[in-house]
Amino acid sequence: MQYAVLLILFPLIGVIINGFFGRKLPEKVVGWLASLLIGASFVVALSLAVQLAGIPSDVATEPAHGGHADAMHEDVIHAESTHDAGAVAAEELSHDSHEPAATEVHGEVESHEAMVDAHGEAEAQDVHGGCEGCEVSHPSVNVRHSRWLEIPVFTWIHVGDLDLGFTILVDPLSVVMMLVVTGISFLIHIYSIGYMAGDPRFRLFFVYLNLFVFFMLILVSGNSFPVLFIGWEGVGLCSYLLIGFWWGDMSKATAGMKAFIVNRIGDFGMLVAMFLLFHHLGTLTFQGVFEGAAAKWGADIGAPAITAITLMLLMGATGKSAQIPLYVWLPDAMAGPTPVSALIHAATMVTAGVYMIARSSVLFALAPAGMTTVAVVGALTAIFAATIGIKQFDIKKVLAYSTVSQLGYMVMACGVGAFTAGIFHLMTHAFFKALLFLGSGAVIHTMHGALHHVHDHHTDPQDMRNMGGLKKYIPLTYWLFVVATLAIAGIPGFSGFFSKDKILEMAFMMGTAEGLNPGNFLPYALGLIAAVITAFYMFRLVYLTFHGDYKGPKGSAEGLHESPPVMTMPLVVLAFLAVVGGYVGLPRVLSHVNHFENWLYPVFAPANRILDVVAHQVHAIPPGQAFHAFPHPEPWLEWVLIGVSVVAALVGISIAFTMYIKKGLVGEPDEKQAGFGKVLWQKYYIDEVYDALVIRPLIGICRFSWRIIDAAIIDGGMVLGTAKAVHWVGGGLRRVQTGVVSNYALMLVAGVLLVLVLFMFR
Amino acid sequence: MSLWLTAIVFIPTVGALLMLLVPSGNSKALRTTAFMIMLVDFFVSLPLYWAYDPSNASFQFVERASWIETFNIHYYLGLDGISLLLVLLTTFLGPIVVLGSSGITKSLKGYFACMLLLQTGMLGTFLALDLFLFYVFWEVMLIPMYFLIGIWGGIERIYAAVKFFIYTMVGSLLMLVGILWIYFHSGNTFDYTQIMAQATSSGGLFTPQAQLWLFAAFALAFAIKVPMFPFHTWLPDAHVQAPTAGSVILAGVLLKMGTYGFIRFAMPMFPAGVEFFQPLMLTLAVIGIIYGAMVSIVQPDMKKLVAYSSVSHLGFVMLGLFALTPQAVTGAVIQMVNHGLSTGALFLLVGVVYDRRHTRMIKDYGGIAKVMPLYAAVFMIVMLSSVGLPGLNGFIGEFMILVGTYSTSPVAAILGATGVILAAIYLLWMYRRVFFGELVHKENEGLKDLKPAEWASLIPLLIFIVWIGVYPMTFLGKMATSINHFLQNFDFIRPMAGL
Amino acid sequence: MELTIYHYLLLSTILFSLGIIGVLTRRNILIILMSVELMLNSANLLLIAFSHYIQNATGMIFVLFTMTVAAAEVGVGLAIIVTIFRNKETIDVGKMNLLKW
Repeated sequence: MQYAVLLILFPLIGVIINGFFGRKLPEKVVGWLASLLIGASFVVALSLAVQLAGIPSDVATEPAHGGHADAMHEDVIHAESTHDAGAVAAEELSHDSHEPAATEVHGEVESHEAMVDAHGEAEAQDVHGGCEGCEVSHPSVNVRHSRWLEIPVFTWIHVGDLDLGFTILVDPLSVVMMLVVTGISFLIHIYSIGYMAGDPRFRLFFVYLNLFVFFMLILVSGNSFPVLFIGWEGVGLCSYLLIGFWWGDMSKATAGMKAFIVNRIGDFGMLVAMFLLFHHLGTLTFQGVFEGAAAKWGADIGAPAITAITLMLLMGATGKSAQIPLYVWLPDAMAGPTPVSALIHAATMVTAGVYMIARSSVLFALAPAGMTTVAVVGALTAIFAATIGIKQFDIKKVLAYSTVSQLGYMVMACGVGAFTAGIFHLMTHAFFKALLFLGSGAVIHTMHGALHHVHDHHTDPQDMRNMGGLKKYIPLTYWLFVVATLAIAGIPGFSGFFSKDKILEMAFMMGTAEGLNPGNFLPYALGLIAAVITAFYMFRLVYLTFHGDYKGPKGSAEGLHESPPVMTMPLVVLAFLAVVGGYVGLPRVLSHVNHFENWLYPVFAPANRILDVVAHQVHAIPPGQAFHAFPHPEPWLEWVLIGVSVVAALVGISIAFTMYIKKGLVGEPDEKQAGFGKVLWQKYYIDEVYDALVIRPLIGICRFSWRIIDAAIIDGGMVLGTAKAVHWVGGGLRRVQTGVVSNYALMLVAGVLLVLVLFMFR
Repeated sequence: MSLWLTAIVFIPTVGALLMLLVPSGNSKALRTTAFMIMLVDFFVSLPLYWAYDPSNASFQFVERASWIETFNIHYYLGLDGISLLLVLLTTFLGPIVVLGSSGITKSLKGYFACMLLLQTGMLGTFLALDLFLFYVFWEVMLIPMYFLIGIWGGIERIYAAVKFFIYTMVGSLLMLVGILWIYFHSGNTFDYTQIMAQATSSGGLFTPQAQLWLFAAFALAFAIKVPMFPFHTWLPDAHVQAPTAGSVILAGVLLKMGTYGFIRFAMPMFPAGVEFFQPLMLTLAVIGIIYGAMVSIVQPDMKKLVAYSSVSHLGFVMLGLFALTPQAVTGAVIQMVNHGLSTGALFLLVGVVYDRRHTRMIKDYGGIAKVMPLYAAVFMIVMLSSVGLPGLNGFIGEFMILVGTYSTSPVAAILGATGVILAAIYLLWMYRRVFFGELVHKENEGLKDLKPAEWASLIPLLIFIVWIGVYPMTFLGKMATSINHFLQNFDFIRPMAGL
Repeated sequence: MELTIYHYLLLSTILFSLGIIGVLTRRNILIILMSVELMLNSANLLLIAFSHYIQNATGMIFVLFTMTVAAAEVGVGLAIIVTIFRNKETIDVGKMNLLKW
């Protein structure tokens, strides 16, 4: 497996070759070299995946059909609890069971009955306790399983207890991420060859892109938090460089800077989380941290320390994955070239936060308050960004807010314990959102050409109010775009549907699990409303852009034409993925096996076990009431939930259809904005609020520190004050020097007399 | 007993004398001679890295000879894992600053002579193990630096030079009093190892009360040199007025004298003082980090901005030293080296445009990435290293310091970590205003990109910036034993609960 | 009445005090110079007295030296005074404050 290093090395080779020797190479060579190296990385990732799949999993997978979550817990959890009052549901969570078959045996009925019989919490635990009367032991989690491979490369930092290796971690989760990252990157690299053709800094663009992939792969394949952090900040750097790629325009350079600084605020959270982890656990490798955390806090779930850790990790995620309150950089990041928006700010980098939360699932599972916060932040972001998306006219801005919203979904999924669903949505979103962005790039490219055709340099080629009716000029792009839109809207049969539905289902079930408290359905409700809005604004986008009449400057329509094959071919591939990508994780009611879930099962098994324990511990269960931590819905309920999601999507689409096709509304110009619509159009004035509440006060304090504290008080007062005091005292004392000899003589005598007196009265 | 260390210390002095033989008019010969001397010194010191035995905690390559017998003063040099890196950093920066002096034309002979004498002073300070000898070298450094700023500096150079001199002098005189006190209470010896042996023996050399005062006297001298908040105001003036090479030396090595003084003398000799002052020092360090960064944000002058950022970075070093955990102290030592490389490089880079445009004001630039793309790229890398981007050197130091500090004082670590955000703000904002946007000033259109000499001075720095970031074990491995030895002095100090 | 060492001491103290009073109170530089000589001679007197008293010739030898030096000093002093007078047309010390702060 040592060849896994190549995965990371290939992009680095691209950086070195193009960066140092690329000057002499022609554009085509540079572009294809960069692309093919990423392709090579993809092949490596694929091979890793195949190899990993070849290793038999030693973790029992979930029951195939309609089973309860509890069923699996019964065989993987050996709760060795006693009847001591308040005794924690202490479990030996290490899964020494190698009997996947055993899980199949526990049917839903059987376990259901067991639950019904349970009376009170202690009894409920007994259901899980295979070994009554055994000693209470902390729940220990065995993170490592047969598909968890660590490939050490070199020792990075080793001081005292801090021992960090630069080690590549290959497990089902990282392989999924590697495949998504390299796959999408490969396609977008190729697309960029067409999109960036003729740019004076074409070579640099590919260097940055390769560098990005390099860091992104470090991020997803690191085996410890600090190595993840290398990638984490590295991709932030590339994002900064690429957003400000056309830095001649100061606003673009500013957008890049904003992205980096806002991300830094999130990174601060990551750093603090690492300090806490190291302080409490003495290690920072994933395996060490997760196992240590489970051992330390397993008996003390929701301890302040672990809650603080998860909140700090969440802070990191809100920065990178653009969640409230740190999402503000992502819409501005659209200043970068469109392939960058597609690759970094939609498909890969921004999902790093979701990946990190999913990777730290064990930690989050140990902190219910942290989980709840994650769910709430995600749900709020999903709906908040969606509402802003309604009133945007810049085609990329709509997609940007849609990305923020979709990331909210993923984060929410993690918050409700549906880590698999979150990663699933991450993957499908990568497909369709990359497609949407690249499609919009093709539209912008076309518009640009059209405007160029009539020498119009004032009209904004990204403003949808200048488009319309593009369907007949660029039909291929149109159809590909529609595929992606259907996917994001959640129309059955397209990938987005499966993942979004899964998240909503899990959110709903979390609501039921916690004893029918209406507040628990909040994530589900918000998610559902966001789904309606998503469908609406995406179809609004399609209608405004492709339907109706062309509203560009006169004569420019002749300049509209389809993009070259090098740009459309990746779109076709992505469209294919956007359709079929969801079929790896079909809903329970449609398929016996959910391949995606099975594949990731060993990764999230420890967290799920802890969640199960937590659920029993936190919620007192009334006698006679069945309780499930995160149960799967009954088939009828699942059908209902699916139906509700589909209706939600259709409602959104029909509103858009009514408004923009039937009534033929067009976007109103800037000056006509009014009322709440204006607030949405102005993005709730959040940037202005931040400017007034954070940036200006900070600059004010800085100026005060400099002018008043530093220049006036410390330097002027203390330092120069001392100098002045010396000057003043000296100025007084020199008056003694009269220049008259007699005075000196007098002083001499006085001195002598003084000495005499002192001698006499000693 | 070899004369290896003596050779390293005094090759520059001999070189300074040799400079006298070179005709004053021949600037090329003067530059070459100075460069060659520095280079020779570097190559003489380089094998120390391999010769040094990292498993041995005691001083190595020791040289000891009687100097002033009446007062039991010795010429006593030695090297351990901590000074090893600093000595190498000093000799490494030597040739680089000579290359960075291309803007100097006034009386070159004196200039390079000062530079070489300064080198002797600095190396001597890092290697001296006799308190008296240490004090002599400490003061020897002061004089050439005074002239470098006062003669070859900017417009306000006299003010800055006098301020620098007096400020440093005030501190070092108190230290001299402390040294004499130790002398009279330790059986008339200035010998560091003997004093340490007495200090660590049961009963100890000094009463805790005395240790407080001694620590305070030494700490003031070193705190001014570091410089710690609120003793930092000489630094911006000195940096702004000093010639480029002077700034590089000042930031790269001279400031390390303060932190080195703490780790070598003030802290191990007076552990009770450390225990007493630890909260204060941690507080000042954190204030320094945040305050230095905040003041940097609003600086209109690039050099002043970098100077204030030094206050912030040195705050990290002090935080690490007083956190007293292996990670933090190791991080602090590596951060000393990092700061020398990154900030040294930043000063060189500011010097590059200053030589061309004779202004350091941010507003006089803008969009110059267009005319100087390679310069912009190098500046970017150095800036990122200063910001603490993982994979470059700055991160290693800051991360280890903060991770190690957390166990001692969570509040200090968390507050210190905000410095990471602020660093991004002041450097990126400055970078954006200098390099991005349209070329607004006509004067900047003709700016030439980096010249070969400038490349030659920057590339070695860049190599180490990346090296330390990617594979710091090259350097960390050498100091582990020395740092454990250092930390043994403080075993009795418990972590500060609740802070 | 026998002359004892105390008489010499008293005399020389009186002479010394006269000298001091002269130096402090007079403004004429010549008189100040003469007062200084008076103090010097009081010291000489004491040296001789003690020399006789403890039967040691060193004191007397010193007096010889002192007289020699005093003579030279008067020579230099008078020369300076003459020069000052030529320049400033006064020998009033109150008016000589060139070395004032």
